[in-house]
Amino acid sequence: MLPHILESAKLFYPELALTIAFCFVILAGLVTRNRIFTGLAGMAGVLAALYFVSVQAPVDGTAFSDMLAVDGFSRFFKIVILAATFIVQLFSLQSAELKSRAMGTAEYNALLTALALGMCLMAGASNMLMMYLALELTSITSYLLAGYTREAEDSAEAALKYVIYGAVASGMMLYGISIVYGLTGALDIYSVNQALGSGQVNLWTLILAGILITVGFGYKISAVPFHFWTPDVYEGAPVTITALLSVASKAAGFAMMIRFFRVTFADLIMGGQETGAWAMLGGFEWNEVLAVLAVLSMTLGNLVALWQNNLKRLLAYSSIAHAGYMLLGVVTMSPEGVSAVMIYFVVYLFMNLGAFYVVMLVADKTGSEEMSAYAGLGQRSPFIGVAMTIFLLSLTGIPPTAGFVGKLYIFSALIGAKMIGLVVIGALNSVVSLYYYVRILKNMFLKDAAPGGAVFGLSVPEVAMLLLLLVPTLLLGLYFGPLVEYAQASVSIFGIPR
Amino acid sequence: MMQFLGLGILTWITFLPVAGMAVVLLLGKDNKQAIRWTAAVFTGIQVVIAALIYMGFDRGMSGINTMAGFQYVEKVSWIDIRSFSWFGNLKIEYFLGIDGLSVLMVILTALISFIAVFASWGIEKSLKGYFALLLLLDAGMMGVFVSLDFFLFYVFWEIMLLPMYFLIGIWGGPRREYAAIKFFLYTLLGSVRMLLAVIALYFSVSVLDPATGEKVHTFNMIAMMNPANFEPGSLLEGVGTTWRYMAFIALFIGFAIKVPIFPFHTWLPDAHVEAPTAISVILAGVLLKMGTYGILRVSFPMFPDAAVAYQIPLAILGFVNIVYGALVAMAQTDFKKLIAYSSISHMGVVILGMAALNTQGMTGAILQMFNHGTITAMLFLIVGVIYDRAHTRGLNEFGGLMNQMPRYSAVMVIAFFAALGLPGLSGFISEAFSFIGAFQAFRWIAIASTIGIVLTAAYMLWTLQRVFLGTLPEKWKDLPDINGRELFMLVPLAVIVIILGVYPAPAIDLMSSAVNTLVDIVNAQGAMALIGQ
Repeated sequence: MLPHILESAKLFYPELALTIAFCFVILAGLVTRNRIFTGLAGMAGVLAALYFVSVQAPVDGTAFSDMLAVDGFSRFFKIVILAATFIVQLFSLQSAELKSRAMGTAEYNALLTALALGMCLMAGASNMLMMYLALELTSITSYLLAGYTREAEDSAEAALKYVIYGAVASGMMLYGISIVYGLTGALDIYSVNQALGSGQVNLWTLILAGILITVGFGYKISAVPFHFWTPDVYEGAPVTITALLSVASKAAGFAMMIRFFRVTFADLIMGGQETGAWAMLGGFEWNEVLAVLAVLSMTLGNLVALWQNNLKRLLAYSSIAHAGYMLLGVVTMSPEGVSAVMIYFVVYLFMNLGAFYVVMLVADKTGSEEMSAYAGLGQRSPFIGVAMTIFLLSLTGIPPTAGFVGKLYIFSALIGAKMIGLVVIGALNSVVSLYYYVRILKNMFLKDAAPGGAVFGLSVPEVAMLLLLLVPTLLLGLYFGPLVEYAQASVSIFGIPR
Repeated sequence: MMQFLGLGILTWITFLPVAGMAVVLLLGKDNKQAIRWTAAVFTGIQVVIAALIYMGFDRGMSGINTMAGFQYVEKVSWIDIRSFSWFGNLKIEYFLGIDGLSVLMVILTALISFIAVFASWGIEKSLKGYFALLLLLDAGMMGVFVSLDFFLFYVFWEIMLLPMYFLIGIWGGPRREYAAIKFFLYTLLGSVRMLLAVIALYFSVSVLDPATGEKVHTFNMIAMMNPANFEPGSLLEGVGTTWRYMAFIALFIGFAIKVPIFPFHTWLPDAHVEAPTAISVILAGVLLKMGTYGILRVSFPMFPDAAVAYQIPLAILGFVNIVYGALVAMAQTDFKKLIAYSSISHMGVVILGMAALNTQGMTGAILQMFNHGTITAMLFLIVGVIYDRAHTRGLNEFGGLMNQMPRYSAVMVIAFFAALGLPGLSGFISEAFSFIGAFQAFRWIAIASTIGIVLTAAYMLWTLQRVFLGTLPEKWKDLPDINGRELFMLVPLAVIVIILGVYPAPAIDLMSSAVNTLVDIVNAQGAMALIGQ
């Protein structure tokens, strides 16, 4: 047993680094209240984890008796998660909202690393119990962080709403897992798959269980109709946390969901079809369920976003819509689709964090997240205006920005799978989304600033941060070869024959 | 191949405005004269390059579907993804080249952009941003006409949207916000459909990579025109299949919104009325042509089967554009709106001519694209001149200007007579060719469309009468005549209109071999489709 654990621990270095950083920051918080110090310590932990992920041998395997899979797929998502966490930690050093709160900065920074740990575990979990635990670790730290500025009324409200929705969703998921366990007598997804493959399972019970489990995933990626918490939490939580939830926790949810559907319900013995698409066990096409969720998420997210005046709320609905686009990639149930989702996440990381960073800067300087605060921003602070324009165009998916590449690959995967109806819905949705993104542009450039609207300059770190997000958003739109190659090379999920 | 400093001449003509934009952005905000002249110099060099291209253009080379037939070709690998089995390889190239279809459009774009800079001389609000966006728009338009890789084409196609949105939205008239977003939404609605068709084409077409001997999916437009490159079993393989018709329609809607073809035209009057003069000039002069150019460059040679199958519906749309545009123009009292609807009517002639799918019709259509570009640019400049002085565009408020502004009247008469198709001016030649071609292909639609010519003559003459004849209202007694800068913009266009009206050969020679090739491809492959059914 011990040699196995030691062997597994070698695959577990990234998570160990995060755990150590977590403990260190908590202990350091007892000694110092210097928020910069604890912040940097947390960042060091995340960087160390990134390093360990990147030096891991490109070999697929599992750790701790099939609890965690360590494969190209999980490594890719861990990089996305850790990069997002790192960028958000940089945001946190600058955020005026957080500076105003003297107490508990060490806890804030410690919780960020714990959140990263939970999300990394989600990316690799290959046992349903592990999935549930990782989900809970992520959720509970998210609740705490969402309510971090607890003096603010909306922050407390956000945290409470989040807890209630999260508890219901994870309860349903746990119930689904218990049904699957009852049906198959197994918890790790490979054994479940084998048991399902033997054909002795009542299909309707399995569908019920699958749908219950999907509720848990749907809540994490904020897909309609499990999205109700999203706007309130995004609006109430500190901007830094909203940004992190919108990218990293979504990425973790997607990683876990794709692995679950891919391994549990796919016919592994049959292997891939000729086109590379997967055959499903028992003849039940799970992707049709996901297709419904995708269409609902895109359409509802985009339509409701049209009416929002609070930027954080608007971006919350936009993130629901983006979850819909990404679900389209999963719906194809093919390597093309999964790699498209992975490409989309890298792109989404930069453009969405960029948009949230601008929201944070404007909120720090004007004290408002409302659309009206953006009136005349193009004249008041041209660089922010131009940067926001590029992020928003990228979110719409207009070339030559990275967002276009993300959409291009999603649409390509769908057309390759001959799902023309879905791709048309997706394309029409991106036209709808243009309208609300352009509303922000309109406010920034077409409206004159309100009298007294402050002209504000940017400090050097702020400019550097904007550039850090802006350059990849443009560069990946013009030269995306390496990203695509890396994503396509990383589609390997452990235990799945190529 | 012509080169300068290691870069091909088409790269220069496309990216010079971007360099100009960079210079403008570096200049100080208050250095207004320097900003204006920078834009003028960069677009001026562009005109010189266009002239070089015109002189060096080999009239005998056909282009269209053969790599060898293109001129000034630049081809560099841009994105080359080699991946695992299921993904296949992906190849995107920086692939530029022109043939008889595009050369006139390149010249037109350079010319109109140069003139637009001078038409913008009076802009005072955020001058720096204005010229930066104008130059970016210029680069986007030029890029569309020179790119032969569909990915590149699409990128340029979309790059124009944002500058156009801001140019209408910031510097436009009272309802500018509405007009700008309407333009943006309509065009994006069209271009996402186009994108889907492009992806479908990409998946269906593959060529052998000479280096490795493997099959590679490609965005190369020329490869997409060869039926042999369509993979068996792929979505768009075969002749006359439902998928091919659907892809054709998706592409067509993308292009039709730009032209604009009825019933996708409603954004145009709004955009024109609200846009500042120079932007109207660019919109009518170049942007609309991208739609018809796209149909000729992409839809016809890649989907000849569908082009033949939809020939009559296309002709009917052309007829509707001609007559509907003219009828609505007749009812306008706003000078600019009248020109906007006349634009819709004249673009209908282009559609009618290209739908004929014969040499005369297509020659007429391409010539009409160029002529409409020059004539309508003149018309919008003329509206701008009067609006700058009187601050109104109400046609019924004017009268008797002939004596007040004699030089203005002379220019306006040339433009109006060219627009209504008076023999001896360029509009006549292209309309005549289009109608001759259309008459051979679908007699009754062509005959019905001639109503449009009568209507055009009616509203054009009526407009002249309202503006120039009658008594001069008291308030316009001291309107100054046209000034030197305005003449500098209008006279070259008028000269082109007259020369091409008397002697159109310089323009027709450029395109005739390309047109013949295109007609052959469409008819030969289209006939196969009809036999197949």
